[in-house]
Amino acid sequence: MTTEIDRQWTTRLRKTVVEKLPPEKLLPDTQPAYVASWIYVFGVTTLAALGIVIATGCVLAMKGPLWWHLSSTGHFVNSLHLWSVEIFFFAMVIHLWGKYFMAAWRGGRQLTWVTGVVLFLTSIGAGFTGYVSQTNYDSQWISTQAKDGINATGGGAFFNVLNLGQMLMWHIVLLPLAAVALTAVHVIYVRIKGVVPPFEEEK
Amino acid sequence: MTKKVFNPDVDAPVFKGKYAPYDIIKEGTIAVVVVALLTVVLAVLFSSPDEKAVTIKSWSNATPMDFVATAITELDGTSGTATYGPPYNNAATGQQIGPFTLAKWMGLNAKVNTASDFVVAPLSTLADQPALKTALTAFTSASSTQKASWEANYSKALTTGRFSSGTLQVPATNAGPVPVMMSALTAMARSGALDQALVTAKGFYTTDYTKPLLFMADGSFLASKAQAQHLSGDQWGMMNETGSYPGQAWLWLYTMWYQVPPFSTSWGANADALVWALMMILTLLLALMPWIPGLRSIPRKVKVYRLIWREHYKNV
Repeated sequence: MTTEIDRQWTTRLRKTVVEKLPPEKLLPDTQPAYVASWIYVFGVTTLAALGIVIATGCVLAMKGPLWWHLSSTGHFVNSLHLWSVEIFFFAMVIHLWGKYFMAAWRGGRQLTWVTGVVLFLTSIGAGFTGYVSQTNYDSQWISTQAKDGINATGGGAFFNVLNLGQMLMWHIVLLPLAAVALTAVHVIYVRIKGVVPPFEEEK
Repeated sequence: MTKKVFNPDVDAPVFKGKYAPYDIIKEGTIAVVVVALLTVVLAVLFSSPDEKAVTIKSWSNATPMDFVATAITELDGTSGTATYGPPYNNAATGQQIGPFTLAKWMGLNAKVNTASDFVVAPLSTLADQPALKTALTAFTSASSTQKASWEANYSKALTTGRFSSGTLQVPATNAGPVPVMMSALTAMARSGALDQALVTAKGFYTTDYTKPLLFMADGSFLASKAQAQHLSGDQWGMMNETGSYPGQAWLWLYTMWYQVPPFSTSWGANADALVWALMMILTLLLALMPWIPGLRSIPRKVKVYRLIWREHYKNV
């Protein structure tokens, strides 16, 4: 017989979380022996680069959007931000191709794949809004070129790439929030389902 | 009850082999340290590009005749922005895919009337210029036909005009108040006042640069700098950035379509809409890969996985 405590939302949520993701799955101390290839490095590299992107972005945010034009320290932090973004995308694309060739959606891992693809798209949006928020010639040229593509889809009716304030807000608030949330969901799916096993080959 | 058939492209075998020690926290820490060091090395070695933004002041001082030639098209409604359509105005339908006129359906967002916003309104902010005030009154109270006649005559005269000793010199013609307006606008642009007038039209605080960017994009100064920096649309466009930097290399597939027929030729008028539609389809295929028979079988058939799991297959 269930008690009132068993029926509480909090109790039910805790039980579900512990059942789906027990501590030994969240922080495992062993892994299957087949997880032994350099390709596995690129998932954690993407995560690490995301951390550096956010950290350097936070430093830039503290001093405001024009700081990096006026100070050599600011310019160096901008360079760190740029190169961590390049590493992030490089690692993410290799991770994506690696997972494709492993058919990593097998065994009930479809949502891990889908969240990864959506995360890739979100990151492209975050990168793009960063490029148009640089407040220099690159941002002027990229925004005046990109407006035609977005306007052609009807997206220009609410997403104006020439509006610096709007682009900066998307770049430093909305898209990072989405990227971090999607990353959390993606990693949780990986931990719940584990790393996809190799194909079973016919003898 | 029938047993579910094992599909190798959907189902995964149950792993019954060995497990190895795995320190996830140590792995994560090492990854952060290595990526941080690599980032610092790349930043020290290559820095980052930062070419100063173009202003209407720098444009009109560098190429004043290009500025005036652009300004008259803003006034007579023939510029790129004046004839753009949504989301800036209703002068055109915008791009379409067959009967789907998405831009028109979604409507206007950043409304721009180039004659009023780029020329008349900024000039109206200039104080203590009686001749300009008279010219603006004459222009705004004239009929559309009269305005069109003045603008056409001025455009024609401008082809033999020149800018010398800080003055715009255009042969006399029946252009009514337009020569006074264009000279005043050029002087305003060269002083930097037009940059300010365009961004502060809605008030003191602003973060919206739509109007000056559209105005500058209608001229050829911004584009000629882009051409020199390998940034134009036919040079893989906006995925590049100034200098020898990787830019947004991850946009290569999107940018590639603009370089190849029919997007670069017969479909050019609606290329943006068509490229976006194609990319949406390709993105959906990627996202829904696990459910698409045929596509989801490719990894099993091409056998790249044998390279990835070569240690595993050695021991099987």
